[in-house]
Amino acid sequence: MEFDFAAEQPKFLMLMYGLIAFVGVVGGLLLLLDVVPAWFARRREERLVAAVASGTPLPRRRKPREGVIALFFLLPTLLFLLVGLVVPAIRTTLLSFMDKDSSSWVGLANYSWLFSEDSIVRVLINSLIWVLLVPLAATAFGLIYAVLVDKARFEAVAKSLIFLPMAISFVGAAIIWKFVYAYRGDGDQIGLLNQIVVSLGGEPKQWLLESPLNTFLLIVIMVWIQAGFAMVVLSAAIKAIPADIVEAARLDGVSPWQMFWQITMPSIRPALIVVVVTLSIATLKVFDIVRTATNGNYDTNVIATEMYNQAFRYQENGHGSALAVFLFVLVIPIVIYQIRNLRQQREG
Amino acid sequence: MAFARSRQALAIAGVLGLALGVTACGTGNDKKSSNASKPECAAYEKYQGHDGKKVTIYSSIRDIEADRLDQSWKQFEDCTGIDIDHEGSGEFEAQLGVRVDGGNAPDLAFIPQPGLLKRFVDSGKIKEVGADTKAMAEQNFTPDWLKYSTVNGKLYGVPLGSNVKSYVWYSPKTFKDKGWSVPTTWDELIALSDKIAASGTKPWCAGIESGDATGWPATDWIEDVLLRTQGVEVYDQWTTHGIPFNDPKVADAVDKAGTILKNEKYMNGGFGGVKSIATTSFQEAGTPITTGKCAMHRQASFYANQWPEGTKVAEDGDVFAFYFPAVDPSKGKPVLGAGEFVSAFADRPEVQAVQTYLASGEYVNSRAKIGDWLSANKKLDINNVPNPVDKLSVQILQDPKTEFRFDGSDLMPAAVGAGTFWKGMVDWINGKDTTTVLNGIEGSWK
Repeated sequence: MEFDFAAEQPKFLMLMYGLIAFVGVVGGLLLLLDVVPAWFARRREERLVAAVASGTPLPRRRKPREGVIALFFLLPTLLFLLVGLVVPAIRTTLLSFMDKDSSSWVGLANYSWLFSEDSIVRVLINSLIWVLLVPLAATAFGLIYAVLVDKARFEAVAKSLIFLPMAISFVGAAIIWKFVYAYRGDGDQIGLLNQIVVSLGGEPKQWLLESPLNTFLLIVIMVWIQAGFAMVVLSAAIKAIPADIVEAARLDGVSPWQMFWQITMPSIRPALIVVVVTLSIATLKVFDIVRTATNGNYDTNVIATEMYNQAFRYQENGHGSALAVFLFVLVIPIVIYQIRNLRQQREG
Repeated sequence: MAFARSRQALAIAGVLGLALGVTACGTGNDKKSSNASKPECAAYEKYQGHDGKKVTIYSSIRDIEADRLDQSWKQFEDCTGIDIDHEGSGEFEAQLGVRVDGGNAPDLAFIPQPGLLKRFVDSGKIKEVGADTKAMAEQNFTPDWLKYSTVNGKLYGVPLGSNVKSYVWYSPKTFKDKGWSVPTTWDELIALSDKIAASGTKPWCAGIESGDATGWPATDWIEDVLLRTQGVEVYDQWTTHGIPFNDPKVADAVDKAGTILKNEKYMNGGFGGVKSIATTSFQEAGTPITTGKCAMHRQASFYANQWPEGTKVAEDGDVFAFYFPAVDPSKGKPVLGAGEFVSAFADRPEVQAVQTYLASGEYVNSRAKIGDWLSANKKLDINNVPNPVDKLSVQILQDPKTEFRFDGSDLMPAAVGAGTFWKGMVDWINGKDTTTVLNGIEGSWK
């Protein structure tokens, strides 16, 4: 294909706008962060000079001023939080009590729909399976791997190998694994899994069609991506265990097993909690993998995909919002647990 | 130090602001000059007077098809000075609602689902078509077509392109070699299928995988069979929920489609068993016909674009299509099809001019000449349609005996037509029984 510069010109123009806008925003921010503090500093300087010149005692730095500065820096964040998070959350909650085009109130109808419709109950069960298995499996794999490769000879290489999938997007990973599970009716199997089955003398299967096995096969994808994250965080935590504790334990003659349970585990508990919590929230929100691999067909649907379908594809705003609120409610306890833990650590 | 740094930052910001301002000015005035007096512009006489105005169009049409669109109204733009800005999106159905509800509606949208069109009419977003547009539409389209964009007696959109779905693709070459003849009745179709199956080839191939629209090709099957077993009246009742989705008449049609679709002896040539239909993409579902692993594939006229490169689509070529035979000849010649409607979210005069133009004979002939496109527009000259399958489609659409019906899943509420019906068909192919599937879909239609 010939590359026609003139025909592609609008795209370049758009690209240029994007770049300019980017530079503009970043430049503006830099300006804000640079000029404003400088202005405050200059005023202080001037006042100091004036004070020294007139011989009066130095004015004391007043507390309220600090509050003003803090507010100044917090304001953009608060504003964005309000516009981007608080308002939409309230609006979604309101919409979940309204009908499909958000024109009249229907009370709890959308929520009773949530728990009475068979296909939606299936969605909730699937999400439960996901949130139980993914954090557990990913953390377990990550932990075992981190312990095993710790101080091994090729630690860096071994770690990057398992960390690599983290660099692949969920959609990309789902497409890769779709090939692994692929099925061909006749001729050679192009899917890795079916090829293994065939070479072991088995019959090829349509893996992604078999419920409930398919949900577990999709979970494998998520674990494959997230185990690397768990491994990196936990490995860092293991390395941070004070050497004297390890040494003392060694002198006391602990077995590797005791070492793991008595020393390593208690020491990395905070990191472990962070990993499990992060993974739980990520799993509850899982959308891309299911949408790409099966589109929620064959009984593999989860809350986030169904929420998108209901709200944007079926124009059922009420149903979609109810699912969103439900998801939100599920995430809250995990977040509260996380915050309480952080607080305890800080105090302790 | 502090002075120097802040001055520097100010200078940077100033330059940036200046740059933004300059580029904003630079693009503001690429106004097209009108060539209204040129001889080829005579046909656009009635659209004059909107020089320099801009009309935005939003659709699901992308890539090469979008380039063809731009080409098709090029002359109109040059002559009238109206700048048509078309944007295609793969997420059109989901994004249109977001844009309209967000106050960022396009001037015109090509909506392929009358159900979606009705939703925007109900929420008061789509403007009723202007008097000129209405006159043009009534002159060029049959009432059968216009009723899909008519709500409460008012017209809210004009038909644009169309397709014919009641086709079975086959290989004329293979049929000739094997001595098979094109069936003209349902019984002949089944007899031929049995004959091919007995010879050791799977007679049919199908695929319903289509990303987040997976399932739609199977809904077309059901609709086509229902039209043939029950006729257009029952079909109309079914698509408007006048009879329940799981009515015995519908169940009967689903089972009849199942005698082909869920028949392990017939399915799925080149791909495996019946279940492989669910995971075979609709784009590649017909390809085994070119290698002789499958004999027949029921799919719409637009499948002509999906054949591997170098495949000759013609009555004496590698592949061609025949009309999906009638079950009961007394029920007439039903044809299932679809198309898109041009609806306006703004009623500025230039928007109405473009809407009128898109319903005109000048436009459809201009677009058809570029290729791979057809319309139910009566002004469409069949000689301007290059593709033989499209020619056949135009003949069928212009045949007064034809009873055209729109794709039912596009008429139903999106939660059913683009939701549970699609998903239900996937489950049905994957082994669920007809009653369970139909009951489930009926339960979701509220």
